[in-house]
Amino acid sequence: MSNIVVDKSKVPWWVSNVIVPLVNLTLALLVSGLFVFIAGENPIEAVKLIIYGSFGYIQGFAYTLYYTTNFIFTGLAFAVAFHCRLFNIGGEGQAYIGGLGVFLVAINLSFLPVPIVWLLAIFGAFLFGAAWAYIPAYLQSKRGSHVVITTIMFNFIASSLMIFLLVDVIRDTNQMAPHTVKLPEEIWLPSFEAFSGILGIKIRYSPLNLTFLLAIASLFFVWFLVWKTKWGYEMRAVGHNTQAAIYAGISPHKNIIIAMCISGGLAGLLGVNEILGVSHKIQAGFPAGYGFTGIAVALMGRNHPIGILPAAFLFGILYQGGSEVTFEMPNITRYMFVAVQGLIILFSGALENLFRPQIESFFVRRLNREVNA
Amino acid sequence: MVSPILELTDINKSFGHVQANKNINLKINKGTIHGIIGENGAGKSTLMSIVFGLYQANSGSIKINGKEINLRSPRDSIINGIGMVHQHFMLVENFTVLENIILGFEGETVFGEKLQKAKEDLEQLCQTYNFNIDLDATISDLSVGFRQRVEILKSLYRGAEILILDEPTGVLTPQEVDELFKILRSLKSEGKTIVLITHKLIEIMDLTSEVSVMRQGEMVGHTKTEDTSKEQLAEMMVGRSVLLRVDKKEIKKGETIFKVNNLSVKDDLDVTRVKDVNLEICSGEILGIAGVTGNGQTELLEALSGIRKVESGSIELFGEKISDQNNFLNPRMLKEKGLAHVPEDRQRMGLISDFKAHENLIFGYHDQEPYSKSAILNNKEITEYSNKVMQEYDVRPKSPNLITSNFSGGNQQKIILSRELNENPKVLLVGQPTRGVDIGAIEFIHQRLIDMRDKGAAILLASVELDEILSLSDRIIVMFDGKIVGEKENKNVTDRELGLLMAGVA
Repeated sequence: MSNIVVDKSKVPWWVSNVIVPLVNLTLALLVSGLFVFIAGENPIEAVKLIIYGSFGYIQGFAYTLYYTTNFIFTGLAFAVAFHCRLFNIGGEGQAYIGGLGVFLVAINLSFLPVPIVWLLAIFGAFLFGAAWAYIPAYLQSKRGSHVVITTIMFNFIASSLMIFLLVDVIRDTNQMAPHTVKLPEEIWLPSFEAFSGILGIKIRYSPLNLTFLLAIASLFFVWFLVWKTKWGYEMRAVGHNTQAAIYAGISPHKNIIIAMCISGGLAGLLGVNEILGVSHKIQAGFPAGYGFTGIAVALMGRNHPIGILPAAFLFGILYQGGSEVTFEMPNITRYMFVAVQGLIILFSGALENLFRPQIESFFVRRLNREVNA
Repeated sequence: MVSPILELTDINKSFGHVQANKNINLKINKGTIHGIIGENGAGKSTLMSIVFGLYQANSGSIKINGKEINLRSPRDSIINGIGMVHQHFMLVENFTVLENIILGFEGETVFGEKLQKAKEDLEQLCQTYNFNIDLDATISDLSVGFRQRVEILKSLYRGAEILILDEPTGVLTPQEVDELFKILRSLKSEGKTIVLITHKLIEIMDLTSEVSVMRQGEMVGHTKTEDTSKEQLAEMMVGRSVLLRVDKKEIKKGETIFKVNNLSVKDDLDVTRVKDVNLEICSGEILGIAGVTGNGQTELLEALSGIRKVESGSIELFGEKISDQNNFLNPRMLKEKGLAHVPEDRQRMGLISDFKAHENLIFGYHDQEPYSKSAILNNKEITEYSNKVMQEYDVRPKSPNLITSNFSGGNQQKIILSRELNENPKVLLVGQPTRGVDIGAIEFIHQRLIDMRDKGAAILLASVELDEILSLSDRIIVMFDGKIVGEKENKNVTDRELGLLMAGVA
């Protein structure tokens, strides 16, 4: 199987970047369908439910986009670090600490004009997330401690730190649960239903809010940063070939730190969505695994914003449609959808090259035949 | 007559377009130490890797004791009594000597009897050959010399009758070399056959009874060691091929602009590789550094270009001290001062092979106008520039958006050269400019270097191709073991003289 040699320069971009991911995705979904079938439910019905749940009515669609927002942030976070060949597994912890940044800025500066509070809160989220990523970055660049190990550990540290703060320092003392007080209502980010209210459409509650636009802006930001600035150029140079970067006078240390801080900052922006947009307070464990799923989003999206957007949307569909399925099909639990996610990660990440040679050589042969004919 | 223990007939091996071995014939007699000598890249290691089953020859046959055998993997070779000690040892660092030696030949699932037996056998072997190794020592605690002994012991334990040693002395201290030679002689007296691959003439004269010389993938001669001399071997090694002289104007030497004082440099393993080097280069002059690879040229160039730290001594550019052990300018600052560097290893250092050609064409200059302005890359300028230089340097194909790894070696080198020459540097450091480059491109590259010289640049050229050094340089220095062992004006100097200096015998 591995004997197929494909001349990479002859493979059209759309084969390796569109067809191959689609084939992998289809396989993951087929295997998932098998699971659903074994669980005693009809896979076709499940697909229908997923599609209905995520597109079928406006509130469902809003939920889909809300999840998409989070996945864009964490997917971009992983992608930026990856361009410097750093595996930032710490999106979860960086998002958690980013939330702290949003909250502290918003609650302490709520006397300022509202748009300025928003901007500063976004800045706070980025800064706190970046600061949390800075420590592993420093350890990697100066001490050679592997960033995979340190960022995983920093997820645990972030989690413990936040629990400590939520229990002993910033808890809303009027109650017992580990969460803070709510932010003043006037600085909440406008929700989707508030917007549609202005347009005269009345819809039911959904967590979708203005942060979605921030996520779209972040996609552009990352694209511009990585491919259009000298910083991105240097980051990629360090990632691809550190020796060559040193030869050209590009500092690996500096770029590892820059890449990780931007990565952590992007993960931190998840806090804007969750705290300024949705729950308006810090709750224990609010990043809820988005940081980890972001890795899969980035892998599926081939670390490019143009790929991350549909990948994040796909995971949004799975999250929203999945909860619809668990609602309607008693045999399918929430964990089944964790397994589906796992399968997608397996097929589009770990087994990414399983069928790539076959698919690529198939297209190369076909296209050559057309040229020769 | 007894058939030779190892006989190679018409061995051919090529890697892509490079033919590493051409119609090699070799006979090795039992109980001898047979030397194989040649410059780096002559194909010695490739040939021996074929004998050891690491590579398969494209054609030709291998006979052991007159019987033709088919070697598909090192396992086949071991079964046929061939052992090899590589330049880089293949040992598990945190295993003991005993564990390393039986690795893959344990013979039992739970260690017990057989392990004990192995230990006894090994102790016997150690005694026979005077190895003096503690079998329970951990590899990571052993010196390089002892590790090499472990490798030899491993081969012997596995029943090697023919032992191939690839540049065994490269990593050893002189005392360790003596010890090794003692062991090799005692192996020979016990009837083992040894094949010694080296580029050091002294070792050949010292140790071997027969010697074969390789040059550019071909076997150019076999002789008994007693019938030859170092001078004769050096001549065979370097070759008497006609030099490719480049049209070159009379030198117009200007003032000294680049000066190196008592420079010492260490490599990543903390071994001093450049020892107390002094040199000066004038404007309008090409100074060639001849030497066999691994004699400090790489580290010297890296230190001069700001990549590697200076251990002691200093470097001066236009009379201004730019680097010593306390301060050194990084490559970017040196570029701004007019120093450009074409690195030896273009894949590892000169280029990022996954980048597009246009990204590599500005590599290291990417933060200068007009390529970028306030941190934003100006793609229009970069593409325009790329089209221009790719035309000028005849880079094929002329597509700035093609990924660099899809270009041939010569064209990749042209990409680097165009980038480094474009700013008209005052000092140019060049390492192996034509390694793996086709003949057409070689001429082009040489002409560009001569043009730079005529424009008044001071050029330092390090190359293992003696022809290249002789045809381009105005003055030649020879490096051996980190030191400059000779300096000659490039007039009436012969390749033979240089060859001797390079081999460290003159």
